[in-house]
Amino acid sequence: MKLPDAQNLIDRLAGQMRPDVVKETALVGILTGGMWIAERLHAMLGIEAPLGVIDISFYRDDYGRRGLHRDPKPSSMPFDVAGRPIVIVDDILYTGRTIRAALNELFDYGRPARVDLAVLVDRGGRELPICPRYCAQALDLDRSQNLQLEKDAQGRLSLRLIDHA
Amino acid sequence: MLNPQLNRNGELVHLLSIDGLPREVLLKILDTAAPFTEVAEREVKKIPLLRGKSVFNLFFEPSTRTRTTFEIAAKRLSADVINLNVGASSQSKGETLLDTVDNLSAMQADMFVVRHASSGAPYLIAQHLSATGRAHIHVINAGDGRHAHPTQGLLDMYTIRHYKRDFTRLTVAIVGDILHSRVARSQIDALTILGVPEIRMIAPPTLLPAEVGKLGVRVFHDMRLGLRDADVVMMLRLQNERMQGALLPSPQEYFKTYGLTPEKLALARPDAIVMHPGPMNRGVEIDSAVADGPRAVILPQVTFGIAVRMAVMSMLAGA
Repeated sequence: MKLPDAQNLIDRLAGQMRPDVVKETALVGILTGGMWIAERLHAMLGIEAPLGVIDISFYRDDYGRRGLHRDPKPSSMPFDVAGRPIVIVDDILYTGRTIRAALNELFDYGRPARVDLAVLVDRGGRELPICPRYCAQALDLDRSQNLQLEKDAQGRLSLRLIDHA
Repeated sequence: MLNPQLNRNGELVHLLSIDGLPREVLLKILDTAAPFTEVAEREVKKIPLLRGKSVFNLFFEPSTRTRTTFEIAAKRLSADVINLNVGASSQSKGETLLDTVDNLSAMQADMFVVRHASSGAPYLIAQHLSATGRAHIHVINAGDGRHAHPTQGLLDMYTIRHYKRDFTRLTVAIVGDILHSRVARSQIDALTILGVPEIRMIAPPTLLPAEVGKLGVRVFHDMRLGLRDADVVMMLRLQNERMQGALLPSPQEYFKTYGLTPEKLALARPDAIVMHPGPMNRGVEIDSAVADGPRAVILPQVTFGIAVRMAVMSMLAGA
């Protein structure tokens, strides 16, 4: 399967988001892939609020089975969340569990005016009632397939499909 | 010998003492603690990791600070915390340590935080739990006798790394009542495992343990010599309540010889940090001008202590 070019997808995502950006809009990238995209969108859309970052390790719903994530990183919300329109940015949307965790964490910083979701790829397979407002590409992938966003030494982003079948 | 603190995958299941823990495990705890410091900055200072878990603070010896920081740590992780001042209840009615543990286990405890005047009590509890098929209950040593106080040792290491980054170039001086101090033992174990090249012990001969020669440290009875070029000065509390007999002439005399004053601190490196596990005896082991001065990191130690305890609890409960 030929995968779309990640940079083209980011351009498309920025195009979808641009009409809705207001002065107060803030972006929150989910570590790690979502943050890479959010960094680029932040510059392309000229967002004024500094970029927020969320590591969902402390909010995962599988802690009871899998324990603490190997390498948790600090989250950082360098703006006042209360009353602000916020767009959560992630690379690949799959079961929706990561977004559920990110929403819970976000609300522990305050009560945003609204929250939207922007993803590079929606690969289907949702297990929760979560739907992105902005999505650059929908792909229909099998459970045995693992889609990842990768960053090379030059900082170039690309999608990679790993087949476990 | 199998380390009772680690499971077959090398994950931490109890924290009983720093002695015997691999360097990677210590570093893992310090790394894991870092993101927990950020939780305190949020509007809701709580994360859901230990939701539905019951943490029993089992204190057979009085403590305010340590018990409180464990309680805050557990509460910020959303655990239910039950504080038991056992000295004042069952034990005075004759119940044994392990009976107390069995009773609390029957109340679905997930974790025990134990302080006890007898060295080894937390080990005994951990062994008893695994021998009776309750290995899923985790034990944290919050100070046992003169033996160990591992979370204090860890928060001290977190503090040192926060200010000094690299352990392998440091000269660290521990000053005071080393004989009675479980904190000092945990500090020495941790500093050694983390590769600190020079660990100094500054104390009068009467406040040094007999086995000090085996600890791999340099001993100084003259504080001025011992402080020279130190990067880190770790003060210990003069443990009045543990003193038996005439180990010291008087607190005033002790202050004159082993109290940290600005003038003595000037012998250490200009960027040296001063630490103290608390509670401080001002005018006995430390001068107020130092305790409140720019080089003291005593209050950050307290703040970091909560993050370190959150990290330890999360690692244990998730193992």
